[in-house]
Amino acid sequence: MKWVRVAAIVFLVAVAAACLLADFVVPASYAQQFRDLPDAAPSSQHLLGTDDLGRDRFSRLLYGTRVSLLLAPAAALLSSLLAALIGGAAGFVGGWLESCVMAATDLFLSLPWLFLLITVRAFLPLNVSPVASVVITFALLGCLGWAAAARVICADARTLCGSDVILLARASGCGGFRLLWRHIVPNLKPVLYAQFWISVPVFILTEANLGILGLGVAEPLPSWGSLLRELESFSAFSAQPWQFVPLLLLVVTISCFHLALRKQEFWA
Amino acid sequence: MVLGGFLGATLVRLAPGFGVDEEELDSRLNQESIVALRQSNAGNGSVASFYLNYCGKLLRGDLGVSRSLHQPVRQLLAERFPETLKSVGLGLILGWTAGLVLAMAAVMSRTSFVDLAGGLLASGLLCIPAAVLALLFVIVQAPGRLVIGLIVFPKIFHYARNLLAHSASLPHVLTARAKGLGGCRVLLWHILPVAAPQLFALAGVSVSLAFAAAIPVEVLCDLPGMGQLAWQAAMGRDLVLLVNLTMMVTLITVVANSAAEMATAPLGAGEA
Repeated sequence: MKWVRVAAIVFLVAVAAACLLADFVVPASYAQQFRDLPDAAPSSQHLLGTDDLGRDRFSRLLYGTRVSLLLAPAAALLSSLLAALIGGAAGFVGGWLESCVMAATDLFLSLPWLFLLITVRAFLPLNVSPVASVVITFALLGCLGWAAAARVICADARTLCGSDVILLARASGCGGFRLLWRHIVPNLKPVLYAQFWISVPVFILTEANLGILGLGVAEPLPSWGSLLRELESFSAFSAQPWQFVPLLLLVVTISCFHLALRKQEFWA
Repeated sequence: MVLGGFLGATLVRLAPGFGVDEEELDSRLNQESIVALRQSNAGNGSVASFYLNYCGKLLRGDLGVSRSLHQPVRQLLAERFPETLKSVGLGLILGWTAGLVLAMAAVMSRTSFVDLAGGLLASGLLCIPAAVLALLFVIVQAPGRLVIGLIVFPKIFHYARNLLAHSASLPHVLTARAKGLGGCRVLLWHILPVAAPQLFALAGVSVSLAFAAAIPVEVLCDLPGMGQLAWQAAMGRDLVLLVNLTMMVTLITVVANSAAEMATAPLGAGEA
């Protein structure tokens, strides 16, 4: 099924490119209000109509996708680096450090992910500028999402430390930082890449959950969470099926992430 | 469990903005009232003092009073827990039944249709946030509790399917099939027992998953359970309530995982 994977990657690249070029593609800024056209149906001027404040839905979709698609990988990078640092050090040093790190990891994992996020997010400032809310949301995801990855990396680092390659390197007089930097980190790269790519769709979905609950990116800056929150006002009487376009794009994008990952990596 | 509560309290206490009481901004309050408010919150001044106070009260069976809801925490938990138990229980039963039955059908079926259909359904559900599923259920006026089942189902299906497929490919199972044993007998006597320890471990994990899903479901479907309570506590910056909820959720997770381990132990001993 190599072609499916290629198609998924092409789609992701196309979406990312469209978002990055949003300034040239969209008819108006995400915050600009067309006050004479609230809740307008799709037209040539507004491809997905306008929301109840008269803002162009297509513009908001592209800018919202840009926020989620750019910052979820940034948060995944942060959590992967933290996991590499914490898990790698624990696996390499072993002994009491490994026991302590594993206990801390168990502690983090014993709390449901969304519960932990909501608890900590709510205690951070809520009335902040949209840019600050974006930074807080994704920094929080990055800082709290390391535990599961750290466990995998620690186990891998421990296995690696007992391998013939490392024993030979030690026997040749290689030790300490050099051993870590030249032999262990390069061998951990595949696991780190896998953990990074696994985290991206998880963080996108989590941001969407937080956004719908009102703890994500602040208005007027759009994100997938705030766009999906509009579904709260969906009514069968004034059905506007184009309101589901952000959900459709989210589902297809996350599916593409899953397809782009190799099966073994995804279920690792 | 205590460490879990302490972790929650520490994260909350160290977060910027903690200690700022919106009531202090009420222009109707005079200086004395504001001082009284600050004194009432003085017990939460540092993590250590808060936690010492909290442990002292906990030993006397006092869980404290919720700052945002102005009710004893014990009463709130007693009122909300059964509702969440009902939601999570129903969700787990639904998710496990659908996931396990489909996984068994996918492994035992001679055609790949069930496997493909189950895989597509599970993958599709994995791509939808729990909160969106809850919103969709509100729109179509379906019972919100079922959403928890839909969140649990994909994980159960994928893991159970992989485990059962691995067990089904073991030599003794192939031999049993070759000797003409029926599909049902092969599944019950040869495939399921091999996969059982991992399935029990998965059961422990699924409880935590169901509790996490209960938060958006209860908030958006207006179900008065612990998920909604956690949400209200978080929005009201209610440290006492949050610490108790953290302890309770950690306790439930630990009990679920320990029960799964205890259930696995005899199976492991039997295999050995």
